[in-house]
Amino acid sequence: MSDTVKTTGLFALVALLIIGTGFVQSWNSALLILNLGLISAVMALGVNLQWGFAGLFNVGIMGFVALGGLATVIVSMPPVNEAWAAGGLRVLLGLALGAATIIGAILTYRAMAPGRKRNLTLLAVLLVGFFVFRAVFDGGVQAVEAVNPSVSGYLGGLGLPVLLAWPVGGLLAAGAAWIIGKTALGLRSDYLAIATLGIAEIVIAVLKNEDWLSRGVKNVIGLPRPVPYEIDLQNDPAFVERATGLGIDPVTASTLYVKLGYSILFAVVLVILLILAQRALHSPWGRMMRAIRDNEVAAEAMGKDVTARHLQIFILGSAICGIAGAMMTTLDGQLVPTAYQPLRFTFLVWVMVIVGGSGNNLGAVLGGFLIWFLWVQVEPIGLWLMQTITSGMSEDYWLRGHLLEGAAHMRLFTMGLILLLVLRFSPRGLLPEK
Amino acid sequence: MDILNAIVALSNFVLIPAIAYGSQLALGALGVTLIYGILRFSNFAHGDTMAFGTMATILVTWWLQSMGVGLGPLPTALLALPVGIIACMLAVLATDRVVYRFYREVKAKPIILVMASLGVMFILNGLVRFIIGPDDQRFADGERFIVTARGFREATGLQEGLAIKSTQGITVVTAVIVVAVLFWFLNRTRTGKSMRAYSDNEDLALLSGISPERVVLVTWLIVAALATIAGVLYGLDKSFKPFTYFQLLLPIFASAIVGGLGSPLGAIAGGFVIAFSEVFVTYAWKKVLGYLMPEHLEPSGLVQLLSTDYKFAVSFAILLIVLLFKPTGLFKGKAV
Repeated sequence: MSDTVKTTGLFALVALLIIGTGFVQSWNSALLILNLGLISAVMALGVNLQWGFAGLFNVGIMGFVALGGLATVIVSMPPVNEAWAAGGLRVLLGLALGAATIIGAILTYRAMAPGRKRNLTLLAVLLVGFFVFRAVFDGGVQAVEAVNPSVSGYLGGLGLPVLLAWPVGGLLAAGAAWIIGKTALGLRSDYLAIATLGIAEIVIAVLKNEDWLSRGVKNVIGLPRPVPYEIDLQNDPAFVERATGLGIDPVTASTLYVKLGYSILFAVVLVILLILAQRALHSPWGRMMRAIRDNEVAAEAMGKDVTARHLQIFILGSAICGIAGAMMTTLDGQLVPTAYQPLRFTFLVWVMVIVGGSGNNLGAVLGGFLIWFLWVQVEPIGLWLMQTITSGMSEDYWLRGHLLEGAAHMRLFTMGLILLLVLRFSPRGLLPEK
Repeated sequence: MDILNAIVALSNFVLIPAIAYGSQLALGALGVTLIYGILRFSNFAHGDTMAFGTMATILVTWWLQSMGVGLGPLPTALLALPVGIIACMLAVLATDRVVYRFYREVKAKPIILVMASLGVMFILNGLVRFIIGPDDQRFADGERFIVTARGFREATGLQEGLAIKSTQGITVVTAVIVVAVLFWFLNRTRTGKSMRAYSDNEDLALLSGISPERVVLVTWLIVAALATIAGVLYGLDKSFKPFTYFQLLLPIFASAIVGGLGSPLGAIAGGFVIAFSEVFVTYAWKKVLGYLMPEHLEPSGLVQLLSTDYKFAVSFAILLIVLLFKPTGLFKGKAV
């Protein structure tokens, strides 16, 4: 019973922190923390699936999150017809040729006997394929990017409802996870870490450089929203009347209304995923996963296909991160490739899982909320601390300015400290696995 | 056809930069591989260790510069380097005392040590950004070129110029000296031999009376020195930015794995493999091919296989190929 009390108590504490923010700072910031906390909790669930259930060390979360963001653009933005007419099909043809080259290379590798002849054929297939791919693809890209570059210069999306992007984001991330899993799983755990670290950087590089796809560093702005716009609400007499009826200023009421709308959507996703994860944890499948995690050799001796199970759970966990990424980009309303920083999107999620309690879904969710709250609040606290420290110094003393400026970097330091402390003194986290 | 000019252009834009970059990567990868061999975990904090050592060196360099002390044609940073190394050694020993030693004593799984190194990475990263700021810093001074493009053109009468930056020269010379000393130490001295014994077989080494804590201590000291030197050389050659150093982690790990984790010789070979492939794939070959091909066949495009922004993709692709076909690396490292 004490477990239940502890869980409830800790969740109540987080709720209290967020509500406290509402009273002390503003309800808008409280809801902002709540929304990103919900998204963080979804990410933490995905990572917990990989690490907590299966012991897989994925440090490429940022890449999967970014793929989710890309999905939002591809699904929800209206297509740019001129760009499609200029070179859309050529770009697609180029991509198809590139994929065909890789498939051709794999088929060649499988079909021929090992030896120098195979290596040379393989090299020839890859080289010819690459130059054909570039010849077709580059022309298409140039044509697409030349179409009105200041406003579009990319292919646009499919113009579908933005909510559809969330599962699509999951699928995209799952596809990337399949590619990495196929190559790096089954090797020792550190290698998976390096491979995921690399793929995350590459995904970001693609987003930054492939302007035809994501407008690169020019960012895609004005993504469609699943909730109404504030300005429409303020112009809606019925809404204004209700707001004044509740005694809230209509402008504030509209921002709160929009944020609450997001909160409900995110909460629905989180609850669904949490229920699924809990069911999975307590199913025979979940027991098998933990058996594999605790002793691979024994599990393999019992006839379990360790590599296939690892691949399965790696894809599932990454897909959840992709969904979270799509949700986050939807909330932001824009895709900014330069905003993806590994410390924020990969390692922070790790801190959430470790602090919350790896192997425990509720723990991961708790960690998501708690660490996100700290991440947001450490900066003002750090600034306050620095102001206190420097209050005795004169206005133009160099150290004072330096310390105040550096307060922003206290976040990284604090997160590292929290991670190390929890890892050392409470390695099973706040809510340990049962 | 103009083979001479082609060779000069190739050296200028591909070979020399790749050799310098390869030396920097090799020094970084040596650190990673030593940690892996002795302490048996992948140290994710290595990039930030490099940044920390470099930061200390830069601060001392600035102080020396403000005092008017310099090395003439050589960068002042070389004078500050020993201080930076000592600062980095202290930082690394502190993290070992506070963080890693506990996990060694309880014989934690390697993956836990990797996570602890993530925590250390955060802290070092935060410290570096706090002390020196997240922006680009240039601290190279002294003579900029050993050979200037203009001087070379005038001396040889060739159309192509060949420029060798002094930082590139210093990088290669320093790397050769450091590697020679390191290998002498590992192969000839008693401590070095005990390190190799410990890396090969921990239990046997313990039985023969080798003190593990001493081996670990020496390893950290060497790693700190290597990391600082690699970081300072990279910073002199390009520039210092905390985030770039964090990103160096990927090519460094790729080098260490390609060479075979735990094998010092492999780390060096891996560093050059990665550096040369990165530069080869991202260089625009138009100029070199222009000299080599008959006039009417001259390429119209840049003949650049991949844009420079994808250099991570190159190290990554090589890493994957090696992992798939030769998981222990070129020089038979430990891991499978």
